[in-house]
Amino acid sequence: MLAFTLRRLAVAIPTLLAIATASFFLMRAAPGGPFDTEADLDPEVLENLYRAYGLDQPLLEQYRIYLANVLQGDFGPSLVYEDFNVTELIAIGLPVSARLGVTAMLVALLLGATCGIVAALRHNRLFDHATMTMAMTGIAIPSFVTAPILALFFGLYLKLLPVAGWNDGAAANMVLPVIALALPQLAIIARLMRGGMLEVLRANFVRTARAKGLPERQVVINHVLQSAAVPLVGYLGPALAGIMTGSLVIELIFDLPGVGRYFIQGALNRDYPLVMGIVIVYGTLIILLNLMSDLAYAALDPRVRRTYR
Amino acid sequence: MNAGGLLRSRTLRRAAGGELSGSLWRQAGRRFRRNRAAMVSIGVLLAIALASVLIPAFWPHAVEEASWENILLPPSLENWHWFGTDANGRDQFVRVFYGGRISLTIGLMTTLVALGIGVGYGAVAGFTGGRTDGFMMRIVDILYSLPLLFFIIILVTVFGRNIFLIFVAIGAVEWLTLSRIVRGQTLSVKAKEYVESAVAIGLSKPAILRRYIIPNVVGPVVVYVTLLIPTNILIESYLSFIGLGVQEPLTSWGLLISQAVGQLDTAPWLILFPATLLAITMFCFNFIGDGLRDALDPSHR
Repeated sequence: MLAFTLRRLAVAIPTLLAIATASFFLMRAAPGGPFDTEADLDPEVLENLYRAYGLDQPLLEQYRIYLANVLQGDFGPSLVYEDFNVTELIAIGLPVSARLGVTAMLVALLLGATCGIVAALRHNRLFDHATMTMAMTGIAIPSFVTAPILALFFGLYLKLLPVAGWNDGAAANMVLPVIALALPQLAIIARLMRGGMLEVLRANFVRTARAKGLPERQVVINHVLQSAAVPLVGYLGPALAGIMTGSLVIELIFDLPGVGRYFIQGALNRDYPLVMGIVIVYGTLIILLNLMSDLAYAALDPRVRRTYR
Repeated sequence: MNAGGLLRSRTLRRAAGGELSGSLWRQAGRRFRRNRAAMVSIGVLLAIALASVLIPAFWPHAVEEASWENILLPPSLENWHWFGTDANGRDQFVRVFYGGRISLTIGLMTTLVALGIGVGYGAVAGFTGGRTDGFMMRIVDILYSLPLLFFIIILVTVFGRNIFLIFVAIGAVEWLTLSRIVRGQTLSVKAKEYVESAVAIGLSKPAILRRYIIPNVVGPVVVYVTLLIPTNILIESYLSFIGLGVQEPLTSWGLLISQAVGQLDTAPWLILFPATLLAITMFCFNFIGDGLRDALDPSHR
């Protein structure tokens, strides 16, 4: 296990380097520069600007400096939000996005797993069919459709919840974004959990447990759930990545001050350092979460552990 | 096609009560045709595709025909505004199907790009094997852990929001799983005894490829591709929604939804039609994909 962890961490380094390199050179390959304005700037001013941002250096030298700065947690100045540097913006946005994402993840996990378990136990009965139809719908309808409809219905018509805004993370402001963000993942998790349960319910060791005369409740809780949850653990990494990217759109719709809003504003306004910084931070997070999910997966399933050696 | 040889024995066939007659492909086809959800989905998808081609061509209102007297009309049978009109007085019915043209085209084209790269890459890695394979798959591993949607966004931002770039950007990041499938299948088929015996009797490499490898790879690839199309349609609508996808005067379901969101309180019907069509399309592709998987790999059920 230790060897596996170390090896994975060793792969994570070139991966991060690839993220940083790709985003750096992609941005530089872009036609036009960050200081292109309607009115042409005086060449001298432009030259000073370039010098101030280190853009007068050769490209490879700029790349080296950028990497060195990133390693020290400095992603450079933001070009859109002029009084902030990228690190500050991420520090402002990340707690909001993280709070939203973690809550959505918990909701998706708890509700999704419960629905999946109950559906499997009522296999081919009404609850099963209803849940799976809902899950299909949850996957088919994207969150940028559910979110505005939720806002319209609960916010504007029923006036139960705020239509948008963050309000320092007040519970009422979190409800709708969390639902919209959690729904697609909830649906996928319910399907995964149901599939895992159905497979395990047919397994020989479950039949043995039943043959021993254990009550069904005990069979399910002690024997089935543990093995059935394994595929779910393997999915946690991708699920979190899905929630993080989904949160871009949700933050935009509900006007939440998270990283997603900065990212989209940055992308639309060609704020290269901001976009690169967010990609690197999110890339790191996704890699680490994937690693954790894989480790937990291996800890639960000896067969997986063997392939990891 | 050859794998069906085993089942040619008459007794076996009779024992299976006809279920196993014909080649494996024929059996798969029969299983698939018996899947009602998948068959209905194919019909619905064809209808949507046909409507997307025909309606913008023959509808009394043109796609870009704006009219200041007819802003935000609710749906009605009068004057051919069946789905109402948008904030510029343009007919939503014709726009929804025109958007369908673009959404479906993007779904298909991006998947083709991904298919080309993924199958080529995976086949080379799997067929060559050894160190080349190890190196190529390490690259895939690294790309896998990148936040891909972010990269699509960067690609689209950097290189402009041209529709062809959207094809390439989505296709260029969605080929990874395909290459893994193709490589895995190729490797496992290559190690089978029947390929060994084919090599022993002196069959040429292209012949082995054509006769054993390709038929074994096609199944999983077809299943994955039917599931990739809706994923890519969704990615495109996501991009369009945040303003980085298709640009006016073109439109897509994502863009229509995004514009409808701005009018949600005054004209809630505008979101209804593009969102419903998008959801139906997602449903259909998913049902077809599931049906194909069940048909091609009965052990999976």
